[in-house]
Amino acid sequence: MISVGHYLAVSAVLFTLGVLGIFINRKNIIVILMAIELILLAVNINLVAFSAALNDLVGQVFSMFVLTVAAGEAAIGLAILVIYFRGRGTIAVDDANRMKG
Amino acid sequence: MIQLIAFYLFATIVIASAAMVIFARNPVHSVMWLILAFFNAAGLMLLAGAEFIAMLLVIVYVGAVAVLFLFVVMMLDIDFAELRSGFVRYLPLGALVAIVLAAELVFAVGAWQAGGVDLAARAAPAATDTSNIQQIGELLYTRYIFLFEAAGIVLLVAMIGAIVLTHRQRGGVRIQNISAQNRRRPEDATRLVDPGVGQGMEL
Repeated sequence: MISVGHYLAVSAVLFTLGVLGIFINRKNIIVILMAIELILLAVNINLVAFSAALNDLVGQVFSMFVLTVAAGEAAIGLAILVIYFRGRGTIAVDDANRMKG
Repeated sequence: MIQLIAFYLFATIVIASAAMVIFARNPVHSVMWLILAFFNAAGLMLLAGAEFIAMLLVIVYVGAVAVLFLFVVMMLDIDFAELRSGFVRYLPLGALVAIVLAAELVFAVGAWQAGGVDLAARAAPAATDTSNIQQIGELLYTRYIFLFEAAGIVLLVAMIGAIVLTHRQRGGVRIQNISAQNRRRPEDATRLVDPGVGQGMEL
């Protein structure tokens, strides 16, 4: 039978794939943003799985907030990406140190 | 039995498509695999009894976020081959971090299943006689109303921020300026001249 452990395993694999995606696509910021979406998806699966396992709805409510933040993050991230591309003509972020911070 | 098959189907496809997201050569293909991953994650959540979150996942992620990614990928003219140049070089470090992280996660799940720590009592036990969406609505509009409004503010700030960041004033185009049109008075715009007979007209 399916237990919460199965869901945790799926979400752990998804989370790890997201982190791996950030590392191996270090120059391509579009894929980095997609990897972040994968990580947030893994978090959502965890929240929903625990919500179902513990018979407690708060997990699902918070999963909605994670979804909200993910949507906002994607919008802002892609907007920054668009203006970065306008200014530089490339999106290679390996040396994104224009502000010399 | 059918739940078991459905779970393994969704889980396999979500993991496979997540792997394709990060390994695909073309970011457009990455977005397509991301959409597949979202659909199958929605299936997983449906199996867990979270119908509302599953539908929200399809609507928000597939309908908004993935389409936004698709727009941006197709709008920008990017040399993707050049971007993949460090792929092999970064693979060992990335794999190392991923393995360490996966080991940590497995360890955490093992510790949790071995008993874990005592958690507080249930915050909001799910009722059995009403639907999932009704329960979430009752929770969201009562106890978490301020959090809900804060989420709305987050979305508003994100929207305004994205517009402010990407909006640009184009120079050299003649667009309609309504306030200038409304400010215009007959005495500024017209001129009465009284040219003499035989003289030229000066404009």
